[in-house]
Amino acid sequence: MDATAQSRGRSSTRALDLALRFLGAGPIVILAILCAVIALAQPVFLSTVNLQNVLLQSSVVAMLAIGSLVVILTGGIDLSVGSTMALATVIGWEVFQVVGNEGGLLVVAAMVVLGLIVGICNGTIYVVGRIPHPFIVTLATLSIVQSIGTFITHSQPLSGMPTLVNDLGRGFIGPIPVAAIMVGIVAIVATLFLKRTQWGRWIYAVGGDREAARRMSIPVPLVLISAYAVCGSLAGAAGILVAGNIGGASATIGQAAGGLLDAVAAVIIGGASIAGGRGTVWNCIIGALLIGVIRNGLALGGASPFLQGLLVGGTILVAVELDVVRTMIEGRIRTIQSNVGSL
Amino acid sequence: MSTSPVSTTTQPLLQVDGLVKSFGAVRALSGASLHLMAGEVLAILGDNGAGKSTLVKCIAGSLQPDGGRVLMEGHEVRFRSPRDARDHGVEMVYQDLALFGNLSVAQNFYAGRELTWPSWAGRLGFLRERKMAAETRATLERLGVNIPDISVDVAQMSGGQRQAVAVARAVAFVSKIVILDEPTAALGLREGARVHDLVRMLTEHGVSVILISHNLQEVTELAHRAVVLRRGQVVGEAEPTLENQPLLVSLIVGATPVEAPRRPPPITPPAAAPEAALPPA
Repeated sequence: MDATAQSRGRSSTRALDLALRFLGAGPIVILAILCAVIALAQPVFLSTVNLQNVLLQSSVVAMLAIGSLVVILTGGIDLSVGSTMALATVIGWEVFQVVGNEGGLLVVAAMVVLGLIVGICNGTIYVVGRIPHPFIVTLATLSIVQSIGTFITHSQPLSGMPTLVNDLGRGFIGPIPVAAIMVGIVAIVATLFLKRTQWGRWIYAVGGDREAARRMSIPVPLVLISAYAVCGSLAGAAGILVAGNIGGASATIGQAAGGLLDAVAAVIIGGASIAGGRGTVWNCIIGALLIGVIRNGLALGGASPFLQGLLVGGTILVAVELDVVRTMIEGRIRTIQSNVGSL
Repeated sequence: MSTSPVSTTTQPLLQVDGLVKSFGAVRALSGASLHLMAGEVLAILGDNGAGKSTLVKCIAGSLQPDGGRVLMEGHEVRFRSPRDARDHGVEMVYQDLALFGNLSVAQNFYAGRELTWPSWAGRLGFLRERKMAAETRATLERLGVNIPDISVDVAQMSGGQRQAVAVARAVAFVSKIVILDEPTAALGLREGARVHDLVRMLTEHGVSVILISHNLQEVTELAHRAVVLRRGQVVGEAEPTLENQPLLVSLIVGATPVEAPRRPPPITPPAAAPEAALPPA
């Protein structure tokens, strides 16, 4: 291999590497452009009240999305997050009836614990039952959890939540919604967990190559169960935000506003790979904001709310296609590396 | 290479006695036995489906044999997992490398055995990325493997680089035995030569190597001794010299009656297992 060919190989690698980096930064670029366009068309978009609204609405999706991300990183999926969130509000309401307003902390804890239990069940059934794909397990638990909720409430909305829950769901600290601050805290903790701890590294490893993980003596079953447990807990935490926001409980709130779909969409739009092993908390929050901004922009523009799904769906397709392009570019880089023979 | 094994002790480092392993109705191993001396390179030859991969996976703890014994330095060991084997100083480089495409070279190096702090935090401890990266760089340098940027995801590396990373990872942590399953099958000449250098470097450090290969020239060049596996049994053994190549080939394909030059193993009638049904590689 002569020097010119080598340098040609290197420079085209650099160009492709740049493209990869751009794709990695994609979601935030799209979000910025979208915000600018909407702000130009509808100046009211930038008003404090509207931005607070967007943040509030995105918080629930973001909370669900962070949990979904952990599961998707392992190469799985959790379809039950929306109904788990809804059941959490119902259980929270039931606990509230017993402990009263002073027991706000207990109510909050009950919702998270409910989510944790559902998550552990999901993971355990999937792993121990050797079920081919978590899609099937969580589809079943989606139905079961939803059914339990509607059975308890007879599908009626229940009114009333402790002050603590209301404050978390619709309170403000300065101009910032408390819900958004909670999401921020969870995001920081989740990022530290995923990127800086050994267990977090194992979640990426299991998603990258499960058989290799097994051979490198990573406890794959435990890692998988833990991912569903985290996802369930955060669905419970999202339940807190929803319950506070509507000031009560509803067994069907999970279906409203596409609870599940928006969560998974946020993860995918955030550039995480549905095959597992790739994705960051930061980008999935950007994904949640993107969805919130799209919905908000369409509403401000007076478009039919029924059209929102169209745009969200389109964005998902674009995001998935970008993932495909990323994989292709990686393949290209690999080929060049082999040709240069820089071993 | 036909120098005698480095070790002069008579006790084998590893002794495998009559290993049996079945996958459903398929008998992948039916009483395979072999031994390995310290500092020796032992080649395992055999046709596709002869049971080579199954045999070494049993040694590496990735599969559990149905019968037979594995002894290390005279003591019987039972590896229930790759970790058990690793704790006894046995590392394996799998045919498919077992690398994580979504992780960097350094992250792959320490996958499953990351360095963390503080120690009381256990599995939730923080990763010591800088230390791991530095150690990885030092190891690669020591082994003469040139990877320009170890922070790059392995998915973006060439086949040769990936192979080198997989071998280097095993070598970095190995203390006694490293098992290489067709390490150069996917490589070009130059990249293959690099892996050969690594193997020689290993034996200089007193590490034993079990090498699965289809390439007789490679075996002749690297191994001190070669055993031939057919239908789940060791059917012969020879020093892999140029003169012995025809003998090895006939052992592999089972064309002539076995006339092993040393240590003739018992000749048993071929097992009835269908050759075509392979265990999962």
